[in-house]
Amino acid sequence: MNQLQNFTKGFVRENPILMLVLGCCPTLATTTSAVNGLGMGIATAFVLVGSNTVVAMLANLIPDKVRIPSFIIIIASFVTVVDLLMKAYVPDLYETLGIFIPLIVVNCIVLGRAEAFASKNTVLSSAIDGLGMGLGFTMALGILGAFREILGSGSVFNYRFIQGDGILVFILAPGAFIALGYFIALVNRVKNK
Amino acid sequence: MEYILIIISAVFVNNIVLAQFLGICPFLGVSNKINTAVGMSGAVTFVIVLATIVTYLIQVFILDKLGIGFMQTITFILIIAALVQMVEIILKKISQPLYQALGIFLPLITTNCAVLGVAILVIRKNYNLLEGVVYSAATAVGFGLALVILAGIREQYDLLDIPKGMKGVPISLVTAGILALAFMGFTGIVK
Repeated sequence: MNQLQNFTKGFVRENPILMLVLGCCPTLATTTSAVNGLGMGIATAFVLVGSNTVVAMLANLIPDKVRIPSFIIIIASFVTVVDLLMKAYVPDLYETLGIFIPLIVVNCIVLGRAEAFASKNTVLSSAIDGLGMGLGFTMALGILGAFREILGSGSVFNYRFIQGDGILVFILAPGAFIALGYFIALVNRVKNK
Repeated sequence: MEYILIIISAVFVNNIVLAQFLGICPFLGVSNKINTAVGMSGAVTFVIVLATIVTYLIQVFILDKLGIGFMQTITFILIIAALVQMVEIILKKISQPLYQALGIFLPLITTNCAVLGVAILVIRKNYNLLEGVVYSAATAVGFGLALVILAGIREQYDLLDIPKGMKGVPISLVTAGILALAFMGFTGIVK
């Protein structure tokens, strides 16, 4: 597979959320606004690139039996790095995302890519795969966040679309489920055409 | 009274699945049949309570003592993974029927974010050990409640004419959304 295809497959064809429905928890919880969604996506993308690269480097050294625990330690290390970096440089976003930063470690996408891709491919293609998947995830989170913010509060990135109040329920918990449900249904519809 | 408030808050008001978005994967994955939903809730309850006790003790007696709080994520996930393995091995030895009932769900639980989430939340909320145990047990009951309700609804889907694109995950998500809307009715019971 050439590297460009490898990079772009995470955007649409194998998009982690829209096609594979992996990593739902942060998707639902952190998309209350476009900025929060993008922040979560970028944090996850960083972990994905880091863990994919290191897993690909060490794949031949790690015995098969302790594969999964080793991957989890590598991922957890990168999550700790992100956690400390965000605490230092973007404390507001860190507060908003709260518990979902440490929970990147149990995000199925990250372990899924380490096991399914990085352990079998070269370092370069694993890094590119991680970046592509991470950006695909970020994109889906950003779109969902923007959608919920526009409906919920009438503005996105401080730009007002609707005067007055929005439909508050889209920022609250039920709106997350309903918005993601229809988002995936829309993608299914387009895919099956 | 304090404990009753923690229980009501964790089961209904701040339901872990419908209000806090933890454990969505098993929520969508094993909510096809009521039987499997009950089995999964049992396994999750067991592991969440056990994991909370162990991670709490580790946090207080090792991480806090040595001032290495930043190792929390790595330590907790390893403890949970090891714990799940151990529970599986022990269950297989002592209780075959229980192992038959819960066994297949155990490996899935390691990557259930509800377990790690509750362990971290107990630390962040500054609960003591007893409050932590009550909170984790109540959270697990809330998880089970949401899972069983959704499974009950999903069993009826076979009888319905659902549009093609909505089949599977999308319709479950929309149902969960309406369920979350119903649970929002509990808001305000407990601060």
